[in-house]
Order: sequence, then C-alpha cells, then structure tokens
Amino acid sequence: MTLLQVQDLCVTLNTAHGPQEVISHINFSMDAGEKLGIVGESGCGKSITALALMSLLPLDSQTKGKIILGGQDILKLDSRKICSIRGNRIGMIFQEPMTALNPVKQIGAQISESIYLHLKLNRKQTLERVTELMDKVGLPVSRFGLNLYPHQLSGGQRQRVMIAMAIACNPDILIADEPTTALDVTVQEQILDLIRELADSSGMALIMISHDLGVIAQTTQSVMVMYTGNSVEMGSTVDVFQNMLHPYTYGLFSAIPHVGSSALPGRKRLSSIPGQVPELHLRPEGCNFVDRCSRASKMCKAKKPMATRVSDHHQVWCYHPLSREDKR
Amino acid sequence: MRQPLVKIEGVYKDYQLPKKYLFQKAPVFRALHGINLELHQGTSFGIVGESGCGKSTLARIVMALDEPTSGTVFFDGQDLFNMPAGELRHMRRNFQMVFQDPYGSLNPRKNVMGIVAEPLDTLKEKFSFAQKKERVGKILSEVGLNATDIDKFPHEFSGGQRQRIAIARALITRPSLIVADESVSALDVSVQAQVLNLMMDLQEKYNLTYMFISHDLSVVEYITDQVAVIYMGQIVEQGTTKTLFQRPLHPYTQTLLLAVPDVNPLNKKRKNKPVISKFEKTDESCPFLDRCNKATKSCVNNAPELLENEGQLVACFNA
Repeated sequence: MTLLQVQDLCVTLNTAHGPQEVISHINFSMDAGEKLGIVGESGCGKSITALALMSLLPLDSQTKGKIILGGQDILKLDSRKICSIRGNRIGMIFQEPMTALNPVKQIGAQISESIYLHLKLNRKQTLERVTELMDKVGLPVSRFGLNLYPHQLSGGQRQRVMIAMAIACNPDILIADEPTTALDVTVQEQILDLIRELADSSGMALIMISHDLGVIAQTTQSVMVMYTGNSVEMGSTVDVFQNMLHPYTYGLFSAIPHVGSSALPGRKRLSSIPGQVPELHLRPEGCNFVDRCSRASKMCKAKKPMATRVSDHHQVWCYHPLSREDKR
Repeated sequence: MRQPLVKIEGVYKDYQLPKKYLFQKAPVFRALHGINLELHQGTSFGIVGESGCGKSTLARIVMALDEPTSGTVFFDGQDLFNMPAGELRHMRRNFQMVFQDPYGSLNPRKNVMGIVAEPLDTLKEKFSFAQKKERVGKILSEVGLNATDIDKFPHEFSGGQRQRIAIARALITRPSLIVADESVSALDVSVQAQVLNLMMDLQEKYNLTYMFISHDLSVVEYITDQVAVIYMGQIVEQGTTKTLFQRPLHPYTQTLLLAVPDVNPLNKKRKNKPVISKFEKTDESCPFLDRCNKATKSCVNNAPELLENEGQLVACFNA
C-alpha cells in the first residue's frame, strides 16, 4: 500500500537574487516499511525535500504539487492539523546532534515533549515510554539518567537522543537527514545499525538523506539522485549502483576514493567532475548538468530532459544515458 | 638512508584540566603519549584516528604552534623547540598548514591578495607590492584560480575555491612540508576529488611533503604513502599504506576499516560486532582493551609497545 506520494513537488524560496525554484518537479512514492535514499551534493535540494515533507519550510516560500500522506494532501492542511502530523506521523533526525538539541533542557524532558503533545499520556505513562525509548536506542536509564544535559553526552549519544525523539510517537515515516555526517566511522556504523533495526522492527518507512554513497548503499532499497533541485536518476539501489545511467551519478561515483584503492597498481588520479555546481540564479536553461557534462548536445542546452523509464524500477532524466561500454 | 625532513621524537603532550578543589593538583589530560615519526621529503604521511585521539594536537606540534611537554621535533635536522624565536619565525616559511574549514580559515575582510601574500612578510627578503602581486598571481594560476581573482574577497568563492586559496597561501613561501588537517573533509565529493588531484599534482611538481590528517580512511589510502593509526594519543599501527590497508594487524585498524560503509549494495559484509570486554581496564593496560575482541590476560597488566611485525609496526600482543 502506498504510504506517501510526492507528486510534482516544486519549492520556490526567496533569495538575494529573487525567488528561485530550489526543487522542481520531484516525484516519488513510498510503501510502508520501504527505505528510500536521497543522495546528492550540498545545495541539490535534498534537505529542502525533507523540510517540505515536515512542513518546516520558511513562511515566505511557495510550494506547488502534492504531498499525499495516508490519503490527504498535507500541503493543503492548516498549520494546526500539520502539527498533529509533524513529529507524530513523520519523525525527523536532524544532521547536527550538537545544535539540534536544546542545551538548557534535560534529555528526558526533550524526549517526552512530543509524547505529551501527541499521545496525550499522563506523567507516569510518559516516564515509562521515555524509559522504553532510551533502552531502545541504547542509552539505558540505569546508566544515563533522564536529567542529563546534552553537553554531558558524546556526539554519538546525542544522536541516539535525537533518534529517541524522532521515534517517540511511532511515526509512519522516519526522515534521517545526514544522521552520521558529524560522527566517526565506528560510531557511524553503530548509529546506522540502530536506525536500520528500528525501521525493520517497527515497520517504519525510512528516508535516508546523505551525500555518502556508502551509507545509502548499505541502508536503502531505492534511491533518488538529485542535482540542483532536480532528480536525475531514480530506481532500486541495486539497479542504480550497479548500472548507473546518468553521467552525474557516474561522475559522483568515480570521484570518491574507495577503500582498497592502494591494491591497484600505480598512483591514479581520481576522475573528477569538471567545474562546479552552478548557483541557483545561474542555472542553465536546459539540463542543469549541461555545462559539466561531456556528453552534452544541442538538445541538452535547449530543453530539460524528461524521465526515461529504463526498467520497472529505474528511470533517468537524460537524453544520452551511459551504456555499459562507456563506463569501462 | 637520507635524513628525514621531519623527525618527531618521543613527543608527549599534557593538557591541564580545570581543578575541582582549590588545593588539588591540577588533573592532566595526556593528549599525546610518546609519538615517534619520520617524514621523508616528497612523500605523504597519513595520520588516521577518531576525533579526540590527538591527531590535531600532533599537527599543532609539528607546526610549532604548541610546545610538547617532553620530546621534540626536528625539521631538516634543526630542533624546532630549541631555537631563538626570531629564527623559528623564519623557519616557518618551510612548513605551512591547510586547515579544515575553508569558511573559517580565511579572513573575510581581506582580499585574496592580502590573504595569500601575508606569509611573504615573514621572509627575510622584502618584496615590493608589484613583486608580491606577480608572485600571488602566479601561485593562483598554479592552484587553478584566475589571476584576475586577486582583488576578490573570500565570500565570492565556493568552498572548493576557498580551499584552493588556502593551498595557495600555504604554497607562497615555497615550503617543503604541508600539514593538511582534514583539508578536504568539508568539501563535496566532486570538489574533493578536484582538490585531492590538485594536491597530488603540486606534490609532484614541487617535491612537497604532506602530513595528511583525516578521519576518512578512503581519502588517506588514496593520497598517502605511509600511514600511522593513532588511538588515544598513541600510535597503534604504522606502515606503508598498501600493506596496512590490505593486511591490517591491529584490532583497532581492523575495526576502523570494517566500519566504512561499502558502496556495493549487494555486499552486505561482515560487520563489527559490539565488544563486551571481559577485563577491567587499569592505568597499565592496553588503551584499546575495553573495545578489543582479541584481548587476553596479558593485555590487562601491560601496554604493548610498538614493535615490528611483518614489515609493519604494531602495538598489540595478539597481532
């Protein structure tokens, strides 16, 4: 059953160069329990997509399209109704565990906030629920009191508190926006395991936003690659990673150094994508990637490419997708 | 064998922590615990470890920004911490640093000319403005920027371009050593690749020596010739990049390498299992004891020394 459907989502923000469309025509749908990854470089619109789902965009932004969650379009709801969804049916883990927590409130109070608000439990039941959540995220109350402040915890522990807050009301969808970027690899591994386990055990759908292709590969079933506000490639994670078709996806993939590179003979240069991400007001008319793409043609300059369906689970927004021979 | 460019000898660094009681002896945090390293001209040396392990402290000491509690650093045979302040200032032209955050490390009120030319003022020789400008213009084109960017301010550049300015600033005095402390961590993947390639090109051209500090193992594996893995202020494993990454001997190195998420979604590989330590850690025991899955009784009472093991240096009894 389709849980979430995003149709033709466009978001326009006011910038110093006038209103700019920062996300254009994003489409995706998710079933209950599905794990979707959104990957791209900074400024590609992946966080804005998450904020749009949470209705946390700035007030002067304009949104077009539909976000249908369980049959109702949440973009059309008034702010009071959205409050009953945000934190209740959609939970979010923010990127910086250092800044996303309130430094002057105890962690127990921060976790119980949404439980009070949405589940309407009494004091005793709330306390029980918080204790249960702390156990779930690996911070047993016997060792980590509820009266601790965020500064008394390490980065990984703070991220665990964030996760407890996000899953406090058993949301249908959990959005994780770069949950491990600020953490060490060994802690990252633990946090990703925790998120995966929680999603599996409670049947939550997961939207994992990251710039790290490894994180996406290990945690998701399907993936959407974004570039300057557009989706450029979408499909099941295995299809996209094994058979990438968009020149940008391929460029991104070849630009990362892989562990195991020292086994290869000789010192090779990384292949990098030439140029840089265009600023919002300087995006080209046709395909946004045209100036950095080696395969660009006249057509790419003139008109934005439409989605081409390659297989049931794989589509690409490109006139000249890569073939197997090109990737040798 | 040739004399090493940098020789770090028995460096300890203690930081005093705040006192809890008035007449208490101030407690001490030992950030570095007897580090010995040699860096050779024209090679890249990687320093790997988790946050808080002392990587950046080591960088600050090599740059003579902090003084070690004991031990010293020799640069080109000269003891950095045993020379007159004026001489050290002139020595600084030979070692420069590229910092992590390209947004915080450039003065927003200076233009590119002011930023990049500033290190020239420490040199013995004096330059006229025209000479400086010529030299800055030249170095800017070396790092892939336009010579016309000279009058712009940092806010007019993207993250990758700012990091290029930082590299230009480090290169302007023609140093032989560059300490790069997490220099590409803040950059996007495609830009990171450009900056890494640039650093490798510059190394070949000027025979530079890099001390490359990062928590990103894949980047370190890619750019360095030799690596040292630091855990809680001590080197636990050291060797050539190739052997260390292909055959890690220390359990900590193995843990780190296994923790990197694989980009192949089909490869759901063997992962690190949480370790429940059977032993109580004391001051004498191996620092990694409580997280080690290979720990034995001998690890509790003695800390292992860094010893040669199949061409690598490893501090572990059970490697």
